[in-house]
Amino acid sequence: MSSIKYTPDHEWVEVHGDGTVTVGITVHAQDALGDVVFVDLPEVGKTFAAKDTAGVVESVKAAADVYMPVSGEILEVNETLRADPALANSDPLKAGWFFKVKLAAPAELDALMDATAYDTLVKNG
Amino acid sequence: MSAAETTPLHKTPLHALHLELGAKMVPFAGYDMPVQYPSGVMAEHKHTRAQAGLFDVSHMGQVLLVGPGAAAALETLVPVDIVDLGLDKQRYALFTNDAGGILDDLMVCHRDDGLFVVVNAGCRDQDIAHMQTHLAGRCEVRPLPERALLALQGPAAVTALARLNPGVAALTFMTGGFFELDGIPVYLTRSGYTGEDGFEISVHQDQAVALARKLLAQPEVKPIGLGARDSLRLEAGLCLYGHDIDTTTTPVEAALTWAIQKVRRAGGARAGGYPGAAVIDAQLAGGAARKRVGLVGSERMPVREGAAVVTADGTEVGRVCSGTLGPTVNKPVALAYVAAEFAKAGTELFAIVRDKRTPMTVSATPFTPNNYFRG
Repeated sequence: MSSIKYTPDHEWVEVHGDGTVTVGITVHAQDALGDVVFVDLPEVGKTFAAKDTAGVVESVKAAADVYMPVSGEILEVNETLRADPALANSDPLKAGWFFKVKLAAPAELDALMDATAYDTLVKNG
Repeated sequence: MSAAETTPLHKTPLHALHLELGAKMVPFAGYDMPVQYPSGVMAEHKHTRAQAGLFDVSHMGQVLLVGPGAAAALETLVPVDIVDLGLDKQRYALFTNDAGGILDDLMVCHRDDGLFVVVNAGCRDQDIAHMQTHLAGRCEVRPLPERALLALQGPAAVTALARLNPGVAALTFMTGGFFELDGIPVYLTRSGYTGEDGFEISVHQDQAVALARKLLAQPEVKPIGLGARDSLRLEAGLCLYGHDIDTTTTPVEAALTWAIQKVRRAGGARAGGYPGAAVIDAQLAGGAARKRVGLVGSERMPVREGAAVVTADGTEVGRVCSGTLGPTVNKPVALAYVAAEFAKAGTELFAIVRDKRTPMTVSATPFTPNNYFRG
């Protein structure tokens, strides 16, 4: 049974319980971005620290960094999203996932927000 | 969250309408403007090329130059033939500085009551001051702050507009006239900033909302924000002042020599007589060291303003001044200044994006065919 955590950069982190997570952008993020036309995904096998820029998501108007919510190694990236960037708008929480990470420090998850905290952030932001 | 504004943003006469239509508003040139409506930039862009889009461009400056000396007077500020501009004809022009750089680009229309000038919002106050300073005593410079400006662009624009007055269909590209649109008096020109057929409509601010509603009531018409306005003009290869042209670019470097009629060039009957003429005439004769070109990308990655342009061996030969993923051409398109020897169409270059090279080919513009109505 996986749980979802959130970052202040409007990313969701699905915790699978086996030392891996899936990362994507939230509904709020894709709405703020507008129509996504291009995603630059990290290299599989590469290791990042938390808060490193792992990729970029671009709309017609501008580019926005996608940050690592946690430290770890990139296990997989969403090739379907790369081929069809509009998935980030139409299905940001499922088919529009960005990448999967093997956690280097699972305790980092404790610092992420739960749904209630994230909803509060969005309401007040 | 942005820092608190010290000066409140100006609002156009259509501000409340934008909010009513669900627009996402952003500051632009000191105005609170719609960047997109709920459809989004991509859909608004594509709709404009397929049917008709309505843009609020009331933030731009409208000025009337009045008096028999107005055309000759304006020629002292622009390298353009204004004296022979026929009645109800419109022309693209450039204010230049003493170094031959560009202070602003503008549209000039010879109306019955004077020269009708439209300037960019970001330069409006400076342009009005520029005209007032240099044209004083030669003609009256009359700003028209009570006028709103709407643009209706797209292949269906004429069909939609003709329902309000069938006479508009007789206009050809870059001509204008006084009309009543369902009883609302306007001055409109058949021109625009998208590469499509369309109209720019000057209307009194008190009737702007009523006119906008009449246009939005036409089945072909949707409201379009500044986001799509930018992607549309970029696909059409049109310059955006402050990005593709500025005080450091001459009209020759900017590939805008088509706007300088022969009569104003060295040897012409009214050669020179505008700021920077010596620089510009020298470049017209001998060429400029760099040139604005179009670039098309073969990968999906958009290339943006500021990206370096390099050759295969990594030598930097230019810089991107505007770029996006063109929704109609479905490729990255950009405008860039490159060293003149690399400006030929077909030249293979690279843009640097996040420390990686992406291949770009020099391309003629527009990137998508223009659809102007020439009659």
